[in-house]
Amino acid sequence: MERTKHYVGSPVIKKDAKALLAGKPVYTDDIAPADCLIVKVLRSPHAHALIEEIDTARALAVPGIETILTWKDSPQKRFTMAGQTYPEPSPYDRLILDQRMRFVGDAAAIVAGSDERAVDRALRLIKVKYQVLEPVLDFHTAKDHAVLVHPEDSWKSLCPVGADSRRNLCASMTDGTGDVDTVLSQCAHVIEHTYHVKANQQAMMETFRTFTTLDAYGRLNVTSSTQIPFHVRRIVANALDIPKSKVRVIKPRIGGGFGAKQTVVSEVYPALVTWKTGKPAKMIFTRYESQIASSPRHEMEVTVRLGADEDGVFQAIDLYTLSNTGAFGEHGPTTVGLSGHKSIPLYATPKAYRFSYDVVYTNTMSAGAYRGYGATQGIFALESAVNELARELQMDPVQLREKNMVHEGDVMPAYYGETANSCALDRCMARAKELMHWDDKYPSRALGNGKVRAVGVAMSMQGSAISNCDVGSVTLKLNDDGFYSLMIGAADMGTGCDTTLSQIAADCLCCDLDNIVVHGVDTDVSPYDSGSYASSTAYLTGMATMKTCESMVKKILEKGAEYLERTIGDVDFDGSEVFCLDGSGRISLQDIGNRVMCNNGKALEVTESHSSPVSPPPFMVGMAEIELDQETCDYKLVNYVAVVDCGTPINPNLVRVQTEGGLGQGIGMAMFEDVTRSEKGQVYENSFMQYKLPTRMDVGTIQVEFESSYEPTGPFGVKSIGEVVINTPSPAIAGAVANAAGVQIRELPITAEKIFRARAALKNGG
Amino acid sequence: MQIKITLNGKPVTAEIQADTLLLDLLREQGCYSVKRGCETSNCGLCTVWLDQLPVLSCSVLAARADGHAIITLEGVPKEAEAFSDYLAKEGADQCGFCSPGLILNVLAMERELTDPDEEQILEFLSGNLCRCTGYMGQLRAIRNYLKSRSKHEREV
Repeated sequence: MERTKHYVGSPVIKKDAKALLAGKPVYTDDIAPADCLIVKVLRSPHAHALIEEIDTARALAVPGIETILTWKDSPQKRFTMAGQTYPEPSPYDRLILDQRMRFVGDAAAIVAGSDERAVDRALRLIKVKYQVLEPVLDFHTAKDHAVLVHPEDSWKSLCPVGADSRRNLCASMTDGTGDVDTVLSQCAHVIEHTYHVKANQQAMMETFRTFTTLDAYGRLNVTSSTQIPFHVRRIVANALDIPKSKVRVIKPRIGGGFGAKQTVVSEVYPALVTWKTGKPAKMIFTRYESQIASSPRHEMEVTVRLGADEDGVFQAIDLYTLSNTGAFGEHGPTTVGLSGHKSIPLYATPKAYRFSYDVVYTNTMSAGAYRGYGATQGIFALESAVNELARELQMDPVQLREKNMVHEGDVMPAYYGETANSCALDRCMARAKELMHWDDKYPSRALGNGKVRAVGVAMSMQGSAISNCDVGSVTLKLNDDGFYSLMIGAADMGTGCDTTLSQIAADCLCCDLDNIVVHGVDTDVSPYDSGSYASSTAYLTGMATMKTCESMVKKILEKGAEYLERTIGDVDFDGSEVFCLDGSGRISLQDIGNRVMCNNGKALEVTESHSSPVSPPPFMVGMAEIELDQETCDYKLVNYVAVVDCGTPINPNLVRVQTEGGLGQGIGMAMFEDVTRSEKGQVYENSFMQYKLPTRMDVGTIQVEFESSYEPTGPFGVKSIGEVVINTPSPAIAGAVANAAGVQIRELPITAEKIFRARAALKNGG
Repeated sequence: MQIKITLNGKPVTAEIQADTLLLDLLREQGCYSVKRGCETSNCGLCTVWLDQLPVLSCSVLAARADGHAIITLEGVPKEAEAFSDYLAKEGADQCGFCSPGLILNVLAMERELTDPDEEQILEFLSGNLCRCTGYMGQLRAIRNYLKSRSKHEREV
């Protein structure tokens, strides 16, 4: 069969675009039954406390209140809310409701009632007597602290990640090659600094939300805004301590995820209510709740020691990450790994590297997964250190990178020993330089009005799916009149995978895109997929799509040959007909589709799965140009240039918007989005009033281009795009600020106040 | 209390509480395009027109709409599509959750500003947050749409 369609590489419009843009009711809250009980959670005002007494009598008397659940009503088997493949590396440290409160915002009770007004009233009438305990708030002192966040005996770690609840340790590890200390001691230049990234919020526009019902079979149906429907099934079953067969999960359209919804956040509360009462229930997180009790980025401090010889050739990288997982360990042991494994391999020259880390529990909001997943934190640190080394060497940071960067064919020891089979990082750098007019603009130029413009650069990598772990599956059915149903378990969260996977299928089946219908995820119907995370969908589920189409074509050939009374070797398929090679007969796909619905013993339905032994990194270069007021140190982003190697772009429009969107988020975390806490551990940035997302006036002009390599293990040469795009703004903007103001800011966000103070300290010789 | 509004051109009588927000009333009336993104009037998702002017329905009491005309995205399907086709062509719809508010504000901008330059566009729409797109695809769509409209006007 010859491929005649070329949807892959075309900017086709998303299949759900019309409905989304017409404001149709397609999201979780839009389709929830009108009679759902409204579920809300009473949240702890203390960072660390034990519930001594909880009096719900008056609250229960409020008209319309159906039930109030406390820790005494909660199943007592610990579980993790992390959306990961079983056995999860994240520790089993959660109960739906616990007697111990571990952060300000932790769940003390669940209230369900017929309307919001009644529930709000009941929440105010619950009387809780807390025994307030000393909290662990500073993550620097959490390890081996006298106060334990998880003193309970039922705490459990399923994987050997170096966790020890008796030491407030969620994970701890060291790996590397070569003798780092000796090599560093022989280096002409060593840069050593610590870089701090905050617990940023994904802040997707649709907050966490779920509704639950019991169906005709007595099973719990969970409709949720999630990236991980199959993991939700397991987690909800674990949380309620019921068989997994009792749970069905449906994913409708999602208003953004960015990793936030790779953790169960809202699901367990209405699930417990429905399981106990038999009634439909829904929980819609407020933005306030989403800011104080959700699944943000892991706050990390990354200490880099980067050694180079006199010519700027890197000799060794030593990286230590201290990660704050907060009150619970979701994604704690895994995010931290990327801070080294997806930063160090950007460079091929070092003879030795060491990467070690501690992940600690504290009495702050539990962290989770956020686009970049630790790589963002590591890359901010390492790329900032490289920029600092360039300044020490008085060398152009672009040149310094050209000297040391990874190239196609290089083995990457810090990337599990994988070889870079596809890598156009060098071409990305060359093109970014042209687009930015780097040679004219580097390092800075005064504008003569008290303002200075300066540029900064950074590189980034990520992975494409988790190697030897993630599973992507696709089911394809041929229906009457010859249209196909494409069933996927991967979750489209606005990213467009329903469309891009259809593009792959249409090319493989030589049919029109409209001949393929696609379905949101339903764990009762869709084939198993780990979920949409780890930049896996295009690469992994894309390959599963190709495999499935190949099997389907084989089935169509067999069926066509049978109907034409020939052997399979005598016929071929062109996407619309099975025909005899000698021209003696033909049967249309339409006729085959109709005929198999009568007197047929072989279903035209196929399912294939795919896992990958490798996780090919996409690469990119980002360059920022800023304008800084010399007097006030206020600055704005003028221009951002990004050149990306994501392998073959399946849909140039969608990869472009993914890139621009990821850069927008990266710019937000670099410049505006702060997370600070009171002495008691309350998050100050608990609304969009305080947590400032970039507006369209803040992002300057973002220019994106692609320098594609061809990844041999990906479908049509595809690698991932989703995450790699968030990593460059922080180090590139920090680099530009350093070139403008002469100070390196090592803590995000990079604000005018920090620049001003750093400059003042510099002037005072500090 | 009882209020009377004109919702998308049709008279509606509704029973409300004194503190009912316009946003909640509109969703109760089946206008599911109206979304809540923040509850602090920062995100622009809940934008609707009150007597043709864009307002944030999360910050308007339903009682204030008494006797007034409210338009949601459901009320202007043709006008919305004329612009939203350009968003779709850029792939700038993404998750779609912020689209209804943005579309209504773009149409309001068109009514209010003549031939706006880029700075005016960005300023007018700065209250409409989007977390997916980084705004560039939306800007391309807005430019293309406005271009097509001025061309259309010239031809007419």
